[in-house]
Amino acid sequence: MHDITSVRPVIADLRARIERLDGGRGRDRAVLSFGVEAIDRTLPGGGLALGALHEVACGGNGAIDGAAAALFAAGIAARSRGKVLWCVTRPDLFGPALAQVGLQPGRVIFVEAGDEKTVLACFEEGLRHGSLGAVVAEVARLSMTASRRLQLAAEGSGSVGIAIRRWRRQTEAADFGQPTASVTRWRVSVLPSTPLPIPGVGQARWLLELIRCRAGESADFEVDACDAQGRLSLPADLADRSGQKDAGIRRAAS
Amino acid sequence: MVTAVDVAARRSGLRVGMPATKAQALVADLVVMDAEPLADADALERLALWALQRYAPIAAADPPDGLVIDTSGADHLHGGEEAMLAGMVQRFADVGIAARAAVADCWGVAHATVRHRASGTTIVPSAHGGEVIFDLPIGALRLSAPMVKALRVLGFERIGDLAAQPRAPLALRFGPELGRRLDQAMGRLAEPIVPVRTPDLIEVNRAFPEPIGAPETIARYVGKLVVALCEALEAKGLGAKRLDLMFHRVDNRIEAVRVGTALPVRDVKRLTRLLCEKIETVSPGFGIEIMTLTATLAEPLSEKQVVSSLVEEPEADVSGLIDILANRVGEHRLYRLAPFASDVPERSVRRVGPMSADDGAAWPNHWPRPIRLLGSPEPIETVALLPDQPPVTFTWRGIRRRVRRADDPERVFGEWWKRDAELEAVRDYFRIEDDAGERFWVFRAGDGEDPATGSHRWYLHGIFG
Repeated sequence: MHDITSVRPVIADLRARIERLDGGRGRDRAVLSFGVEAIDRTLPGGGLALGALHEVACGGNGAIDGAAAALFAAGIAARSRGKVLWCVTRPDLFGPALAQVGLQPGRVIFVEAGDEKTVLACFEEGLRHGSLGAVVAEVARLSMTASRRLQLAAEGSGSVGIAIRRWRRQTEAADFGQPTASVTRWRVSVLPSTPLPIPGVGQARWLLELIRCRAGESADFEVDACDAQGRLSLPADLADRSGQKDAGIRRAAS
Repeated sequence: MVTAVDVAARRSGLRVGMPATKAQALVADLVVMDAEPLADADALERLALWALQRYAPIAAADPPDGLVIDTSGADHLHGGEEAMLAGMVQRFADVGIAARAAVADCWGVAHATVRHRASGTTIVPSAHGGEVIFDLPIGALRLSAPMVKALRVLGFERIGDLAAQPRAPLALRFGPELGRRLDQAMGRLAEPIVPVRTPDLIEVNRAFPEPIGAPETIARYVGKLVVALCEALEAKGLGAKRLDLMFHRVDNRIEAVRVGTALPVRDVKRLTRLLCEKIETVSPGFGIEIMTLTATLAEPLSEKQVVSSLVEEPEADVSGLIDILANRVGEHRLYRLAPFASDVPERSVRRVGPMSADDGAAWPNHWPRPIRLLGSPEPIETVALLPDQPPVTFTWRGIRRRVRRADDPERVFGEWWKRDAELEAVRDYFRIEDDAGERFWVFRAGDGEDPATGSHRWYLHGIFG
């Protein structure tokens, strides 16, 4: 992408114009980089766009508990600046685990809403407020209208909004294919942990799929789960492998 | 004359209404205290004021021995009607007052139920039309004592008997009072509760020459009231922590909304927004005649100098957002997690208020912890070697999984210094990973050798990402 902009100023100019028509405020929008070159390269702007709505879901059996998705969101929230609002319907997040990915207990304010509608309302309110670093909400259904509202609220304030899609039943997870206005859509699936030379569970590993990305291409990555500062990293045995420069094999959106 | 007896006195046979000399003759060295109706009324008034600040915008004393609170629209903030009543009775019990509580559609039914039904808290189902109190004695109708006596002479014992009678002969004999009380008990006649007020409450009101009803009009006048209230608050150097907005309707009912803030506020825009969000919950009926805005709870608020720093960014103020959310979902649903010194996982987290000071405390970071902790550990079927091996396979929610990798156990002892039942209790926690890479936190109750330490059953307690 960088090559195109430098070589063809006409295209860059056209892009900027389209961006203006879309209501965005130029290309130089702030991003939160992952610190993993392969991921940042795939995302437009070199990182997760701030002031935008992102969706995360768990793959496989995780669709119900949404554990890995919550950790992924917590890692992003930990690296943002300011307080974090976390809207839930089921209060089963465990504080010590959030602290272990760098999200200190003093930073997170939880809202326990009775139903999905209230969660969305609180989510939007949080995004609109503007002084929060990140707003996370656990929702099952996310309609186009609802996500559009959230996206506009996020654009206006600059907070990063993360919707953790978490369903009651495995069958409902098919809802994840429906179109929404979110800027990126991720699926986090657990992988067997890094093998250790001794018996024991090693570093947790995820398959991180970027299913949809506005103005970008989808890709998937195999990463080590968030560390104590909420950063992802490429697994050591994969990063050393030759040809890994092209990590994130491009493929069509599923 | 005996006007009140406590439990011990009742047990020894003393009754209200008995001459004092007779009571003293019945019980040797009886402690007799003079009745102080004025002081009692005063105390009741203070209690009503407390209820006003604690529970709902409309609260008043119901002399001689009761409080009446209009909880419509306020109960969900205290966790629903049942929890609210239980909490209320508990609070009174804590300060040594034996109290009973009831919720009903109208004042009459609540008054009768709470005084004549035995249980501690009662919730009368709504839309009953007064039938629920038909079996109560007529004394429950809030009639004067001579009238109750005269009705008894005529053979009326229960409210149902009275309600079944034609109204005209009764009205002829006892005047309009009887019919009025009956109608109030049936919920046919509105009975506004005049909320208790003290001289130092800051209150502004506005009467309209023509009743208003449109939401836009209400919003406009809310804005004007807030401006007036903020001026009054500023003159006293106060900020509002709780605002009550009351709408006196033309049909003699009062609708009320209440909003609260986490910190004292005197910002016109913020308060107006909080109040305007609640307008849709108010039914204006045939129109609103008077609007009253009261700062039920006000705290000192003075201007502060903001120190600007070149180095750090100032901490953003989120109290405005917290106020909006708290008024929407309820104060207790908004919280932060804080560490609590306990090794038992489910007890190591406590909830604190969203604006409480952050003391920087953290959990010990020795062992990995699961991101999702199940509300209660779920029993699993396992195949495992005793005493200290992790399971080889386990079945959770009907799915059988093979354990590929596992960590050595982390032993958690029961808190014997707090609970006697946990004197020997032990849990051994394992982090295990199945074939697909899903990571779980399971534990075995007991140390695997001594049955006194636990049942040796296995439970799944959390899910790692």
